[in-house]
Amino acid sequence: MPEVQVLSQRYSLSDGHTLDGYLRSGGMAGLRVALDMAPADIITLVKDSGLRGRGGAGFPTGVKWGFVPQDTGRPIYLVVNADEGEPGTFKDRELMERDPFMLLEGMAIAARALGCARSFIFIRGEYLWPGIRLEEAIAEAYTDGWLGKDIQGSGFDFDVTLHYAAGAYICGEETALLDALEGRRGQPRLRPPFPAVAGLYACPTVVNNVETIATVPHIIELGAEWFRSMGTEKSPGPKLFCVSGEVVRPGNYEFPMGTPAREIIETACGGMLPDRALKFWAPGGSSTPLLTAEHYDVGMDFESISAAGSLLGTAAMMMFSDRTSVVDAVLNWTRFYEHESCGKCTPCREGTFWLAQILERILDRRGREQDIQILDDLCDNIFGRAFCALGDGATSPIKSSIKYFREEYVQLIEQGRLPDHIEPHAGVVTENSGHHRPHSRPPARAGAHAR
Amino acid sequence: MTDTAAPADTVHLTIDGRELDVPKGLLVIRAAEQLGITIPRFCDHPLLDPVAACRQCLVEVEGQRKPFTACSTTCTDGMVVKTHLTSDVAREGQEGQLEFLLLNHPLDCPQCDKGGECPLQDQTLAHGPGDSRMIDRKRRFTKPVPISAQVALDRERCVLCARCTRFSAEISGDKFIELFERGALEQVAIYEDEPYESYFSGNVVQICPVGALTSTSYRFSARPFDLRSLPGVCNQCSAGCNLRVDVRRGEVQRLLARDNMAVNEMWNCDKGRFGFEYVASAERLRQPVVRDELGSMRPATWLTALRAAAGRIQAAVDAGGPAAVGVLTGGRLTDEDAYAVGRFARDVVGTDNVDFRLRPRTDEERDVLAAVAGTLGPTYDEVEHAPVVVVAGLETEEEVPILHLRLRKAWRKHRQRIVVVGPVIGSLEEIAWRWIQTPAGEESSRLTALASGGDADLSEVTDALDEAGDRGVVLAGERLAHSPGALPAAAELARARGLGFAWVPRRNGARGAVDAGLLPGLLPGGRIAAEPGPVADAWGRLPEQPGLDTRGMLEAAAAGEVRALYLIGIDPVRDFEDPALAQAALERVDTVIVQDLLQNETTRFADVILPATAAQERVGSFTTWEGRRQPFPQAVAPQGLAQQDWDIVRQLARALGSDLGWETANDVRREAAPLMEVAGSALSRLPGAQGGGVVPASPERSGDDAPVSSERPSAGHDAPASSEPSPDSLSHQEAGGAEFPFGVVVVDYLVGDSTMLVGAKALKETARRPAVWVHPADAGRLGLADGAEVAVVGSAGRLVWPVRATSGVLQGCVVLPGNSSGQAPGLLGGSRVRLEPVAGTGGDE
Ligand SMILES: Cc1cc2nc3c(=O)[nH]c(=O)nc-3n(C[C@H](O)[C@H](O)[C@H](O)COP(=O)(O)O)c2cc1C
Ligand code: SF4
Ligand code: SF4
Ligand code: SF4
Ligand code: FES
Repeated sequence: MPEVQVLSQRYSLSDGHTLDGYLRSGGMAGLRVALDMAPADIITLVKDSGLRGRGGAGFPTGVKWGFVPQDTGRPIYLVVNADEGEPGTFKDRELMERDPFMLLEGMAIAARALGCARSFIFIRGEYLWPGIRLEEAIAEAYTDGWLGKDIQGSGFDFDVTLHYAAGAYICGEETALLDALEGRRGQPRLRPPFPAVAGLYACPTVVNNVETIATVPHIIELGAEWFRSMGTEKSPGPKLFCVSGEVVRPGNYEFPMGTPAREIIETACGGMLPDRALKFWAPGGSSTPLLTAEHYDVGMDFESISAAGSLLGTAAMMMFSDRTSVVDAVLNWTRFYEHESCGKCTPCREGTFWLAQILERILDRRGREQDIQILDDLCDNIFGRAFCALGDGATSPIKSSIKYFREEYVQLIEQGRLPDHIEPHAGVVTENSGHHRPHSRPPARAGAHAR
Repeated sequence: MTDTAAPADTVHLTIDGRELDVPKGLLVIRAAEQLGITIPRFCDHPLLDPVAACRQCLVEVEGQRKPFTACSTTCTDGMVVKTHLTSDVAREGQEGQLEFLLLNHPLDCPQCDKGGECPLQDQTLAHGPGDSRMIDRKRRFTKPVPISAQVALDRERCVLCARCTRFSAEISGDKFIELFERGALEQVAIYEDEPYESYFSGNVVQICPVGALTSTSYRFSARPFDLRSLPGVCNQCSAGCNLRVDVRRGEVQRLLARDNMAVNEMWNCDKGRFGFEYVASAERLRQPVVRDELGSMRPATWLTALRAAAGRIQAAVDAGGPAAVGVLTGGRLTDEDAYAVGRFARDVVGTDNVDFRLRPRTDEERDVLAAVAGTLGPTYDEVEHAPVVVVAGLETEEEVPILHLRLRKAWRKHRQRIVVVGPVIGSLEEIAWRWIQTPAGEESSRLTALASGGDADLSEVTDALDEAGDRGVVLAGERLAHSPGALPAAAELARARGLGFAWVPRRNGARGAVDAGLLPGLLPGGRIAAEPGPVADAWGRLPEQPGLDTRGMLEAAAAGEVRALYLIGIDPVRDFEDPALAQAALERVDTVIVQDLLQNETTRFADVILPATAAQERVGSFTTWEGRRQPFPQAVAPQGLAQQDWDIVRQLARALGSDLGWETANDVRREAAPLMEVAGSALSRLPGAQGGGVVPASPERSGDDAPVSSERPSAGHDAPASSEPSPDSLSHQEAGGAEFPFGVVVVDYLVGDSTMLVGAKALKETARRPAVWVHPADAGRLGLADGAEVAVVGSAGRLVWPVRATSGVLQGCVVLPGNSSGQAPGLLGGSRVRLEPVAGTGGDE
């Protein structure tokens, strides 16, 4: 399947991020159509298109919109999840940088469909440049009547507020996001109630990923049929794939869903770096179980990847060669989860803390025979028992690496060394590794009287 | 809650192979409890919203991919649940979580207060691994750190169940304790710049499932298995919290809240929990003392002391008749004691000079109290479920904290409409629906307007009251007695609209005193002197002459008309609104008999001291503000030679030649109960009601048997130009005008400097700083910074406190702390004051 240019159609334009450039290149066509449609028809159209959420879980977008009760007498909110914290994921970032109006157009259409007058973009705090582009775009859209009161004389009012997040991965989880947006500590909420019923300020709320919303204008403009002409039956449409790791040309590439991984890597990315053979890869960010070279031909759609034993996630493909230690990579990710665990629930809070120590110990050549079993047990005690999907995600790289690369663990433990072809990865296996434990940092809260 | 579940509202499910029907919405963990299956849990608490954080309560639900947390999963029809008893998934899941919880746990059980009563220990023993697989480093924290003077935190032991933080946020509403940080560094903490200021902090210690939160007063003092636990009832306020009294070697080690879902649910306040150190304090009166001929105080035997007291009482009667004896009790006696004292005064001595009201009082309150006496309800539950509650003259959090928590619960659970009438909203500000503002002393007109309706700007509230019908409730604080006409107006509001009516006193024994008739002109069960009914048969005689109230007695004593004062459990020198009058009376009067627990400022005037037992040293009962009588057993032996008040009274009667016929407290109760308890509600007996209950309603009643003191001009009329502060005038509008622009309201704080808190050092450190509450606009106008000192100047005096600027008081009104905060606002004279900045003091900020 060839590369396509739907979401990325303005990436090559120098002025795609300006309103002029956007309009000149056909922007706002979807919104113009939507303003003349009945809200329910927009939802039906999105349902018919089969669009599935691009934030990781792949939930059908039209169905989600359909859950929102219209008769509560309370405002309905739309929240765009631009927190993009999943390791390896940078698709939303480029999209907001290069084509911010596409997101705003999608938001206006979604709002129109939902009966929503106020929306928020919850953007990752580190995303300064995309943030600036969005701020400029929002200002321009207000000036030219694409946002605010009576949009383009249609009588439709719609406001957008950009909110910079404070930099916690967990705040990308939609309910933690809502708490953070309300000014609380970002920790996931108990469900039910689901955000569609009681979300932001306990009002009906839709949370969608940037890419999901940015896809909507095209569906409205070109129709469900057109959308379904790409991708697979259950995973239709185009999709941004963010490729990183040991490939020649890492970056964002747009392909129809279901395109085999090999095709994306070998054609668009120029393949693996010279002299390096694919060893393992994550198909959708670090929270998705690792796959191996054996899975190179699997189609990049929700179903095929699931069948292969992983998840499509955010479609962030992280490619690693035989020069890389999988244990090393896994420790790196595990440290991330340990650091980002919100602390609310026992298995994730305590489990990631322990997992990271065991992995450090193994890489530090202090592993014990039983450690592999313990790692595996701990993952089982976290997966499906944690409060939210962060805990589940933390186990993915560990479980899958043990599944496919147990030998490497065994060799480290028994022989105290990595296979010869592996380059010690600077900064991961260090002489004093194993000392980055939280307790060796000054306790952030030395007394009870903390800031 | 109260509605019985119709079949349509139930679901049918199976737990561990056993079927049951439960109400819709019930959590699986609760449903299992109904079958006697205890699913392990840490974060779950029946009165807190679920968080599902600890993941200990995992169960298997048929058809579900993952195990569910039973504490957050509601039962659905046809659900099939398997707990750890029948499911490997559940059991292994629970074991896994337990291993995680122990990972960073310090396991310092041998030096942990929780050891022996620790859910983590218990569960580890029951389901946990015998050994740890963890060889890596544990998280370390400095420990313990103070959360407040009363509560210490050990973060290493914390299992982060968020019970404490949820209690703070949901139940007590003081959000000063929070979870900070994330991951394994997540921890409980308080804000650096805001102290953990809560009257309910002890509850977080009690509900903490590990030894992370401990109370500084109990730390390291006992092991649970060394303790003998007895049921108790709190003796600090009229809320009547049920307690567990933990005793070791005859000494009270700690008090815990005991579950009583009808009263305190599972909570109590810090005063009730930590304020028990006085029981064994050095200041306790342990031996009778008698003043000898030379005027010095000598320890004596009970026989000598009782004879001396009886002789002195007899001498007073001989010299001036029975009316030359006055009996003053505080609001702290048990019901049995109150009855015994009432009978002693009337029957044995023959005097009607009896009053329990050391606080300001009016004659007009007596009709209302007579109607309330002996009745039950509205109850806590009725208040909780009332759609509308009108609160007047009551600072719930300071005065009856657990009632405050009930109101908060009602507000949280069903947005109860709480209407505050008066110049102060105080702690109800957060939860009140409407505040009907009136200047100090002018509550009655608005209350009357609420009763009659038709006032356009009150229509919102009257509509709500109409809608609530007889489920609405009026809560009238005892402070309403300061405000002319207000208490009768509040009662009339309830009567006219058919609402529930509760008179809410502060002290634990006040309601029992009312029921026992410890007011001049009132007999047990709200009977008036003129119509004693069965009391006349039960007692040998009744006084012929109407009695004096507290002020009347002290005035008469100062004038030499009352010759003997029998003071039971009160300290008029400190607590009476006019300390100078109290002192003058005590200096002048021939005989002062003090019957008390503790040395206080009045004891030095005593001629005879009779040491009495503390609540934990005796049997008895206290009656809550609802009218619920709660008996309790003796927990510890009395200190020294102290005896129970009723017993002292009995022996004193004997020494005076009367046999009251009691041998045990039960005998007193048996005699008192039929006289004190009254069927029916207060409403039917309120003045103005048709076909009243025991007491026929007669508006003229108060005139008929008017006690002597009522001849003084009562509130609302021109007070005499006297420099002496009259309680009646404490809050009504004198022509204050420009000189004294502020009306005064006096509120006693929960934790003050009262004798009952002797020894409770840590508790006292958590006391709120006495301050003058002023509206920010007034403070701004006068240039008073928050925290700066201000002089409060009245016609007779000047007192200095710091300012607390708060929108919880009306402009033109100030709230002063009561006597227990160290200064007597009564010294100011009158009910109006002006504020003067004190030079050279800055604000807090
Ligand atoms: C730990 C965690 C982090 C997440 N981070 C993001 C994120 O950064 N961006 C995002 O769109 N969704 C993120 N999600 C998924 C959201 O919870 C949610 O499913 C998504 O925003 C819904 O949008 P969609 O239906 O358009 O995919 C995260 C989920 C978890 C559990
Ligand atoms: S799994 Fe638990 S600790 Fe981890 S991020 Fe989610 S709620 Fe927080
Ligand atoms: S201190 Fe106790 S109650 Fe509070 S979170 Fe920790 S374990 Fe739970
Ligand atoms: S609320 Fe009252 S009864 Fe309850 S513990 Fe506190 S003082 Fe005692
Ligand atoms: S008791 Fe259910 S998760 Fe804690």
